[in-house]
Amino acid sequence: MYTASDLRKGLRVKIDNEPYIITEFNFVKPGKGQALYRTKLKNMINGNQFERTFRSVDNFETADLREKKMQYLYKEGDKYCFMDNENYEQVYLTETQADDAKNFLIDNIEVEILLFEDKPIGISLPNFVELIVTEAEPWAKGDTAAGSTKPVKVQTGYTILVPTFVTEGEKIRIDTRTGEYLTRVKG
Amino acid sequence: MAESLSDYNFSLARKSQVLPLRAKLIQSIRHFFVKNNFLEVETPIRIPSPAPEEHIEAIPSDDWFLQTSPELCMKRLLSAGFPQIFQISKCFRAAERGNQHLPEFTMLEWYVAQFDYHQIMDQCETMLITALKNMGHDQDITWQNRKICLASPWEKITIADAFLKYAPVTLEEALVQDKFDEIMVEYIEPRLGIDHPTFIYDYPAKLAALAKIKKCEPTAAERFELYIGGLELANGFSELTDANEQRQRFKEALKARAIKNWAHYEMPEKFLQALQTMPPSSGIALGIDRLMMILADTDKIDDVVAFTPENL
Repeated sequence: MYTASDLRKGLRVKIDNEPYIITEFNFVKPGKGQALYRTKLKNMINGNQFERTFRSVDNFETADLREKKMQYLYKEGDKYCFMDNENYEQVYLTETQADDAKNFLIDNIEVEILLFEDKPIGISLPNFVELIVTEAEPWAKGDTAAGSTKPVKVQTGYTILVPTFVTEGEKIRIDTRTGEYLTRVKG
Repeated sequence: MAESLSDYNFSLARKSQVLPLRAKLIQSIRHFFVKNNFLEVETPIRIPSPAPEEHIEAIPSDDWFLQTSPELCMKRLLSAGFPQIFQISKCFRAAERGNQHLPEFTMLEWYVAQFDYHQIMDQCETMLITALKNMGHDQDITWQNRKICLASPWEKITIADAFLKYAPVTLEEALVQDKFDEIMVEYIEPRLGIDHPTFIYDYPAKLAALAKIKKCEPTAAERFELYIGGLELANGFSELTDANEQRQRFKEALKARAIKNWAHYEMPEKFLQALQTMPPSSGIALGIDRLMMILADTDKIDDVVAFTPENL
């Protein structure tokens, strides 16, 4: 159980039976008035955000959240299927729950699945993934301006801006937190 | 260890601009009061019984408390015949920490006998314009990308009018629904003092523990606040001089505090006794750290003090 004075950015709490993460937080107190806790909250299941102000008497249940290592298997319709490495059980996430992580899911990649009260609600990817460029315009001769980029498609179908010298079939490293190109990978 | 030590040195070194500015501000303010024949006083920071207020909690010090403001001692001086007094002192409030709050902060507080709240608002305006002018801020000040014009006269608006202008409900509705503080924070405060500093006045009587009630309007107290750029800078009022009424209000505050399991304070008897001879007066308390936030163009109070509790 938390009280409003425990609230801080990043804390996860349970409100109306759903898990929320506090994305912004500030303590305020209008002159001679009572302490108020202004927050921005994000619903960890559907991603909805809203602002809410709490009083110091308000309290919150802790959200039962944990992460578990699983392997990505395949996409079926608009569901993403993962397998629990321990008990070989399969779990599914929707497009919304897969969020930006879906851009970097390749077969058999190992990810952490976020569970709320044992139900899967999201993915945390490794910080870096290596993907193969599947579609790229050839390098136009003469385009030598330093820092110029072009869009290419990688094997997950994700389109990313890369330096012009990157060619089809090459492997590139991507930072999953920003979704940006980092470097080419030899090999 | 070496690494974290250098981090702390870095956070102090970063304040090489702001600390001289802070010193200059305090000197400039002090200069104004001395020039206007105010007596600078020092009252004890450690006191046996703070003024019981429903929403302000003192920090204990042995079996006494650290002052939440120098109000009671300064009013005893007023009662004893010191008609113009000011003080710049440290005040302490338990569990107040945020972008605009430090549990230990610096307060400028002053009192003038025979002044009502409008006169002290005007004096506050003159003081700030003069003190800032002496520091080189003539007309405008830029805070968080907003240009705020300091030229006189500053805006004055009643709380009731501010609710009509900015809030989705009236003042009466907000009070009935027990939403006054929330509406203030969400709808009203962010719109006060935007183009020029704003005094908001005539607070609901219930929200003014030590202020005089308006004669012609018994639901309102002669209390005001000053805002610049949405930031609350000062609180003041025509002082309540009726000792019986003050004792009654303290009793109610003590009751409300007991319900919350807050510390019990002894009734400040010596203050109540002094109140019987206190002349009609007005007083105001202004947060020096908040004013510094405006001058240093920052929205974080941490930026304007050398040390926060966290980096001690």
